[in-house]
Amino acid sequence: MAFLDFVPNLGRRVLLTIPNLGAAARFLLRSLVAVINRHFSIQQLLKQVYGFGVRSLLLMMVAAFFTGMVLGFQGYYALVRFGATSALGTLVALSLLRELGPVLTALLFAGRAGSALTAEISSMKATEQLNAMEMMAVNPFAWVVAPRLWAGIIVVPILCAIFDLVGILGGYLISVPVLGVDGGTFWAQMQSNVTFSGDILTGLFKALCFGLVVTWIAAWQGYAAQPTAEGVGNATTRSVVTASLAVLGLDFILTAFLFT
Amino acid sequence: MEKRAIDWWVGIFVLLGIAALMVLALRVGNLSGFAYNDGYVLHANFTNVGSLKVRSPVRLGGVTIGEVTHIGMDPKTFMAKVTMRIEPKVKLPTDTGASIYTEGLLGEQYVAVQPGGMPQELKPGGTITMTQSAVNIDQLIGQMVFDKASGSK
Amino acid sequence: MAAEALVELENVHFSRGPHLVLAGVDMRIPQGAIVSLMGASGGGKTTMLNLMAGTLAPQSGRIRVAGQDLQALDFEDLYRLRRRMGMLFQHSALFTDFSAFENVAFPLRRHFRLSEGILRKLVLMKLEAVGLRGAAGLMPAELSGGMARRVALARAVVMDPMLIFYDEPFTGLDPISVGIIATLIRRLNDALGATSILVSHDVQETFSIADYGYILAGGKIIAEGSPEVLRASDSELARQFLGGQPDGPVPFHYPARDNYATALMSSAAAGEVI
Ligand SMILES: Nc1ncnc2c1ncn2[C@@H]1O[C@H](COP(=O)(O)OP(=O)(O)OP(=O)(O)O)[C@@H](O)[C@H]1O
Ligand SMILES: [Mg+2]
Repeated sequence: MAFLDFVPNLGRRVLLTIPNLGAAARFLLRSLVAVINRHFSIQQLLKQVYGFGVRSLLLMMVAAFFTGMVLGFQGYYALVRFGATSALGTLVALSLLRELGPVLTALLFAGRAGSALTAEISSMKATEQLNAMEMMAVNPFAWVVAPRLWAGIIVVPILCAIFDLVGILGGYLISVPVLGVDGGTFWAQMQSNVTFSGDILTGLFKALCFGLVVTWIAAWQGYAAQPTAEGVGNATTRSVVTASLAVLGLDFILTAFLFT
Repeated sequence: MEKRAIDWWVGIFVLLGIAALMVLALRVGNLSGFAYNDGYVLHANFTNVGSLKVRSPVRLGGVTIGEVTHIGMDPKTFMAKVTMRIEPKVKLPTDTGASIYTEGLLGEQYVAVQPGGMPQELKPGGTITMTQSAVNIDQLIGQMVFDKASGSK
Repeated sequence: MAAEALVELENVHFSRGPHLVLAGVDMRIPQGAIVSLMGASGGGKTTMLNLMAGTLAPQSGRIRVAGQDLQALDFEDLYRLRRRMGMLFQHSALFTDFSAFENVAFPLRRHFRLSEGILRKLVLMKLEAVGLRGAAGLMPAELSGGMARRVALARAVVMDPMLIFYDEPFTGLDPISVGIIATLIRRLNDALGATSILVSHDVQETFSIADYGYILAGGKIIAEGSPEVLRASDSELARQFLGGQPDGPVPFHYPARDNYATALMSSAAAGEVI
């Protein structure tokens, strides 16, 4: 029985998703445009950059360091068989700059900041804080949503640049002092193969897109949540899952467009 | 959290991001342009440069002493003309040779220079005449297979 | 009622999905008065306040505030109008990441550029009026429900509005506070020359300060008039409500699609299957 219900259920879900997507898009537009509203405050923006960025910095650096070290190890054992360990620097740098940096930063960001953002906005809605704000003639899009959205767009590329650098340092520490790859070769090979615009900036551009998408999904899930304790919980879970999948899917599309 | 403290932290955070980008650009992406900016220029003509690129290293006895800055084609001789920048303190004799080698089996190609014994030094802008072109691995493997085949006969 | 009407509702219909909450409401709130709105729980009182503030729009009918038709206003004008309204929310709706002081200061900070000194004076004055000047530094999580309600009250009136909505200001307060808040509502109304709409279940306290009252039942106004008139009303509905009798025409139950007995039977049947 349940199985037979699956097909019409799927149809209904798809049909429900389309207007949802439209509403989410309008939500995004309203929030982005709200920067020019008089109730948009730079102070609020800074507060969010602090909350999203400064407070996830340590997490990002630890994650990046381990990622870089693992890349160093695995890359070494893969390359040593071909006597090509001189390419290790290139391998570590390109993997981080093009893929792992932006994607892992965005996934960690979705788990750390995105979920908190969803919980915050949905509980503001559940306790009528958004309503109260509107009643006080303060546009909640300008005061609450826009600073968070823009903070996400600003913070994720910055975190990604730091992630890339720390990751490369982690890779270096494993490759050169531990595995005995020549340090000069490590950097020289990296430098001659990594291009600033093609690899570094494109990676950061990816991070920027991810930052927008993750904060958008997180804010929207919070805004559209059922205004109950259970609704807040559900929305938080949904926010992390949807945002993570969106990052991976978007990464595929961006990679196909940017690195060909 | 105190308002001023937040401003400070955010400022530090943004600076950290910019610093990371700078280091990435200069140290990883080598945006500084050419590392051997103060070096002098030498040319070398090869019949085949293989997959040598701009910024490939120039080595002497395994030590990097410069890099390739330009690869062109001499329209008269149909030779590939490789321009390099060499560290100023490395003075090469006029009978220096240059070869294009590959690091390992799959590694990158680089220019290896072998200094000769002449007392005169190559002047900046000079040309290395004794060159050995890149080894074409496909050709090499093909030849090896062919030799084996003919040897076992 | 001789005074000019500040708020007028004309044949307002409003439904939540299939559920019709308001089925043709007419109201006239005279300038300067305290008007009480009573009705059963879930009857649409909060909804009505939101309609008057323009945070909800009716499906049909007209709402005029200070001579302006809310449906005809654009976003900007609606916001301009709201700056002259204050609302005390049923669940306080304090901003959880701001202290009591900052909550009250919020509308002032957002709409005016005041010096910190003047702002402090204004905010502390309002907090003093609700007896919570000492709690100015506390966060909403550190306030009791009744204290939070009073902070919210201070926030609702800090802009000196012309129209104030009180959604159940007395619930959760001790009898002393109820008396103080009731007097405060009356005093604020007269001192500011404001108009107040008061939703409350506390018949005694409400009638002691209200000039006029409406009783809402079944999505319609079933009785209106001054407290004396309402008390003397011969409408069975009004008497049931004011007297608090369980039996009478005002239904206690939210409309259900099926009969209670049938529902019990069918759930028992479902239980057997499992
Ligand atoms: N956000 C909402 N979504 C769907 N239905 C709602 C929503 N808010 C209120 N309702 C419905 O609207 C009706 C009126 O609700 P309202 O809050 O106006 O009642 P009320 O008169 O203020 O009740 P109470 O005295 O309990 O506060 C209720 O039946 C409720 O089920
Ligand atoms: Mg209510």
